[in-house]
Amino acid sequence: MAEEIAAPRQILPPPAERYTWLGWIQKNLFSTWYNSLLTFITLGLAYALLKPFLTWLLEQANWEVVEVNFRLLMVGQYPPDEIWRIWLLLYLLAAVVGLSWGVWVRGRLALALGLLLAPLLLALLPIATPSARLNLVAMDLVAVAASRMGRLGGPSLRRFAAWSWVIYLVLVILVVRGFALTPEVMPRVPTNLWGGLLLTCLLTVVGIVFSFPLGILLALGRRSSLPAIRAVSVVYIEVIRGVPLVTILFMAAVMVPFFLPSGITIDRVLRAMVGITLFSAAYLAENVRGGLQAVPHGQFEAASALGLSGFKTMTRIILPQALRIVIPVLMGQFIALFKDTTLVVTIGLLELLGIARAVLAQPQYVSYQREVYLFVAAIFWVISYLMSYISQRLESVLGVGER
Amino acid sequence: MQITRPSRSGRSTPFWRDERYLALLGQAVFLAILVLLLGYLARNMLANMRQQGLGLGFDFLKLTSGFDIGEHLIPYDRSSTFQQALLVGLLNTALVSILGIFFATLLGLIFGVARLSTNFLVQLLARGYIEFLRNIPLLVLLIFLYTAVFIKFPRVREAVMLPGPVMLTNRGIAIPWAIPTEAFSIFARFLGIGLLLALLVYLALKIYERRAGRPARALLWACLIFIMITVAGWLLAPAQPLALDPPRVEGLRLAGGRQMSPEFMALLVGLAIYTSAFIADVVRAGIQSVSRGQVEASRSLGLNTLKTLRLIVLPQALRVIIPPLTSQYLNLIKNSSLAVVIGYPELFHVSGTILNQSGRAVEMIAVVMAIYLSISLLTSAFMNWYNRRVRLVER
Repeated sequence: MAEEIAAPRQILPPPAERYTWLGWIQKNLFSTWYNSLLTFITLGLAYALLKPFLTWLLEQANWEVVEVNFRLLMVGQYPPDEIWRIWLLLYLLAAVVGLSWGVWVRGRLALALGLLLAPLLLALLPIATPSARLNLVAMDLVAVAASRMGRLGGPSLRRFAAWSWVIYLVLVILVVRGFALTPEVMPRVPTNLWGGLLLTCLLTVVGIVFSFPLGILLALGRRSSLPAIRAVSVVYIEVIRGVPLVTILFMAAVMVPFFLPSGITIDRVLRAMVGITLFSAAYLAENVRGGLQAVPHGQFEAASALGLSGFKTMTRIILPQALRIVIPVLMGQFIALFKDTTLVVTIGLLELLGIARAVLAQPQYVSYQREVYLFVAAIFWVISYLMSYISQRLESVLGVGER
Repeated sequence: MQITRPSRSGRSTPFWRDERYLALLGQAVFLAILVLLLGYLARNMLANMRQQGLGLGFDFLKLTSGFDIGEHLIPYDRSSTFQQALLVGLLNTALVSILGIFFATLLGLIFGVARLSTNFLVQLLARGYIEFLRNIPLLVLLIFLYTAVFIKFPRVREAVMLPGPVMLTNRGIAIPWAIPTEAFSIFARFLGIGLLLALLVYLALKIYERRAGRPARALLWACLIFIMITVAGWLLAPAQPLALDPPRVEGLRLAGGRQMSPEFMALLVGLAIYTSAFIADVVRAGIQSVSRGQVEASRSLGLNTLKTLRLIVLPQALRVIIPPLTSQYLNLIKNSSLAVVIGYPELFHVSGTILNQSGRAVEMIAVVMAIYLSISLLTSAFMNWYNRRVRLVER
């Protein structure tokens, strides 16, 4: 310390505040009379709210309904012989997440352990079958191996990790759907068998994959100097943003059959996907437009001074910067999309919430609403929270707002 | 990016390489493809509709509806027309949206400020509330509130009585309500005069304020005058102008007071608390956007905490808050259409019923989308106007 004081040029950071725990309580809870009052009111409120909930949770709640219908809630009526595909996708997810972790995050041991602990905790649940336990533990091993690989670093690995996400998302759709050409290995699974959390995730993935390019095109269209293209983009974006998603889904479900020439039908799940994609694209377009506006005009001028064509200016110079700026907003949009997939119950699809309602419609489970809906809410909460947490991490890792 | 290059001889660029022609051509091709696509879809639609024996037109809206709507703000029964049914739905949407926006703003303000509290417990509670609600789908919340809370209240006979009296039953919630007596028309005149006078005083004081350059407390005086005249009217009226009507149990049903169905309550509570979590974040971000220096400067000028908040922090925070707040209000209005799942007869639900009754899918979807679109455009126009007004404060 003495040396630091002796060197006057060096600016010391302000001293960290330190308290005894009693002092901490005094400062944070009872600093003034109204703070003390607030503390007591909050304590009373928390007690009044939590006590009935906790007594119900510990004494009355009966989770049998979730246990019995667990498989239904997760994958709907997806054929049991093909469940291995879902496991395969989960393995791949573990690998991709592990790789990304190794490439971009590293360190943060506590968080990594937390993420690795989640499958282990799931494996400890009484409802897990031995093979499911084995799979969950193996997933962790895959994730660790992938993150080790990611640590090797290098720009090519970085690019690979970014592309692996795109490939993964496309692969999810293909693997779940299966191929008509190879009936022995991966036969087609008709969409009416998709359900539960699987369908929720699929709707989200399809929504993200297809609305993203459409949204970028619309955003570029809205900023185009050509009046016809601009007008069409503006009208599309404003109309879609002005009406609720249920009307769009309803339109997709009821009107699409009208629009097609007679004889051609597309199934309900695909219609819902079209509706979600068209809806989400309008919102994404506005987010991307925000990013495009934030890119300084000098970037355009510099690019054209270097002789880049309009297309190259966009794809190489402007869009990478614009998208980087809006990563947090885009993640927020994707979370909203994930939550919005529940609306497909209005057109009769059995995603997680729809299956939950179907389970509760069975006479023996009529009075278990609390358990089932809490379970559904918990799943949505955990996944949304994870996504928003990842987006915050991504922000700090990519240094959004620092450049 | 139009780049005009100086051409050497004026006519050196042939038209197929001239950007102006190319732009025109591109747009023409784009529009042509779009029109062709839309035309193709429309032709298919018309052909399909002809096949099913359906015409296109809005005349059916004048037909008798033939179905009942549980809750209506205007007179309605099954002999009314589809048009009236639509209006009933629209009014229900308006009711739940306005009340929802009010409560969501109130709760959002409270939790947004609480989120920044120096009190650790208050902050923790607010953070828990916001994080919980932001990460679950609204539909799950609505269905949970409806099926696991509001229709799980005891039957009418065993109604839970809260002070007020407010009655909680599985048929809905009843609160005391005031009903006008015959003396109400006289009282209403007093109200009108009071409002007019208050407005005049407010305007006069505002003009005085601008001329004299001294604060005249126009709002305070206007309110005082209005309250005084109202009280005078209440006392001078020949009988009590409003009678209190407490809810009570009559046989197997609720009677008296104002009764709100479980569907309405679930929708209102769900929309209000869900949106309030988002508004709380908007408010927090707005307050945090005001730099600390502003607060310190105003404190050093001798303004107290309340004045600092009212005159320094809030006007600046409002500029950041208004645009995202607008989109939250719009979200709330659009989300009210989710009532279709729990059965509250708002616009979307009623149109679904009309669609089933009349079989006119295309027209009904067009009508519903047009109505929601105009509500959205009107709301955002209003909020933009308000936003411009707030922004006038800027240097």
